[in-house]
Amino acid sequence: MSGIGTGYDLSTTTYSPDGKVFQVEYACKAVENGGLAIGCKCKDGVVVAVEKLVQSKMLVPGTNKRIHAVSKHAGMAGTGLVPDVRTVVDRAREEAANYLSFYGDAIPANVLADRMAHYYHLFTLYWSVRPFGASVILATKDSNGYHMYVLEPSGECHKMNGCAIGKNKAAAKTEIEKLKFGEVLAKDCVKELARVIYKIHDEKDKDFECELGWICEDSKGEFRRVPKEVADEAIALAKAALEEDDDMDDA
Amino acid sequence: MIPSRTSHSSSIGPGVVPRGADPAYDEEVKREYDLRKNIPHLGKGSKGRPFSIDPNVGVMTRTQTPYVTGTSVLAVKYKDGVLMACDTLACYGSTKRYKSIQRMKLVGKYTVVGFTGELSDFDYISTLLDELEMTDFCQDDECPRTPKEIYNYLVRVMYNRRNKFDPLWNSLVISGWDYVEKKPFLGCVGMIGQHYVDDHVATGFGNHLARPLFRESWKEEMTEQEAEKLLKSALLSCVMRDKQMMNKFQLSKITADGPGEISEPFAIDTRWGYENYVNPTKYAPGAW
Repeated sequence: MSGIGTGYDLSTTTYSPDGKVFQVEYACKAVENGGLAIGCKCKDGVVVAVEKLVQSKMLVPGTNKRIHAVSKHAGMAGTGLVPDVRTVVDRAREEAANYLSFYGDAIPANVLADRMAHYYHLFTLYWSVRPFGASVILATKDSNGYHMYVLEPSGECHKMNGCAIGKNKAAAKTEIEKLKFGEVLAKDCVKELARVIYKIHDEKDKDFECELGWICEDSKGEFRRVPKEVADEAIALAKAALEEDDDMDDA
Repeated sequence: MIPSRTSHSSSIGPGVVPRGADPAYDEEVKREYDLRKNIPHLGKGSKGRPFSIDPNVGVMTRTQTPYVTGTSVLAVKYKDGVLMACDTLACYGSTKRYKSIQRMKLVGKYTVVGFTGELSDFDYISTLLDELEMTDFCQDDECPRTPKEIYNYLVRVMYNRRNKFDPLWNSLVISGWDYVEKKPFLGCVGMIGQHYVDDHVATGFGNHLARPLFRESWKEEMTEQEAEKLLKSALLSCVMRDKQMMNKFQLSKITADGPGEISEPFAIDTRWGYENYVNPTKYAPGAW
């Protein structure tokens, strides 16, 4: 066995003696290299935000999106290995379209989350496949209102009020815990999440773009990228707050 | 029965699976064929594959005649967009069976599709268009499908189904605002895929009743009011002569401002008190 591995880590079909599946844990590590993705349940919807690390100055702004619509009433924000995120999103679209054509109704939030969790889990069961190195936040609306789920490479699926995945998630979590879930309005929450993204961003890291998406009353119950004016305002406020913080530190 | 596929794939088209594309489906089809290999044209040597098969009957024919139908759809271009109008009736034969059917459908932001012909077939087309719109929504590139693209798509769907000897029994009118070329779009597709674009369009009986009026009075650069007046006068001519038409209409408007609007139902003033109507047989020798 090369490197620091203790063995038992070549396949998801083998447990280590203390009951771990190392491949799954490595997948979680891959997620943490991805850039931060956070989400918050609001009074009138769900807001998600992603810190998209920009690899190169040559990249066209706005490309390589991390926030994707799954159907009109559902969307995902993902982090980790981006191609893996895309596969997961594609599958979610398929599930949503399939449900619609079979049952004639939009897929309920819990059903979509459940099916996606099963999909994730399948990739932890066979030696011939690799678990997804990607986590996603699923924001949906159904007849019971708005919901947010977090899906992890292990196949775990949690319904959350506030969440953070990816790089520096622990620091982001403490910030998000301060928000008033279910009480803030989506349009205010956008500003909060942008602020968290800017605050948590590690300056040692490369440049980044802050992507924002929401599904709320303001977007007429459809999953949408946050409109440019709203997003720009939130980002401007976040930058201002960051500078203020810096000034306080300096003083 | 082999389930017909609602979903369309970019490579093979709606509801049609060529041999070799999907081995599992081929297997299923083979089983179905073996079940009724005594029916000569479905047997092993046959080259064709009917679109839909019912195990008890063989080739299903009930989709090959229309049952519940809508009549004419009229549409005209004007200066800033397109107006389309039709009634809200779906007839069972000549029985005025369903009187509040909306026969126009908004597809995306810039397109309205209206139909003449079989209601259930249009329902199927609606499903296809909804799926199409959903993929567009997920693309999220602020670049919705133009009416021309939807028109071309529908042309292929209609022609494809007629090639299966199972046509969708509709004439479709596609109107919209082409935001790329910055001008209104108006086109028409028939049940066997025949298609054309024009400044004014009418399907069904309206093709005979309204089209001549359009040819007479339509001019370029009409205002919305003029276009609406023209449409309403054409509707009047239609409703007074077409027994499958009803005096309850909807009007759709689509302009550069999008999204398209479909109006609440309205009626137009009809007049039946003409001298010739009072004693209709008087001027019709041989009638009683």
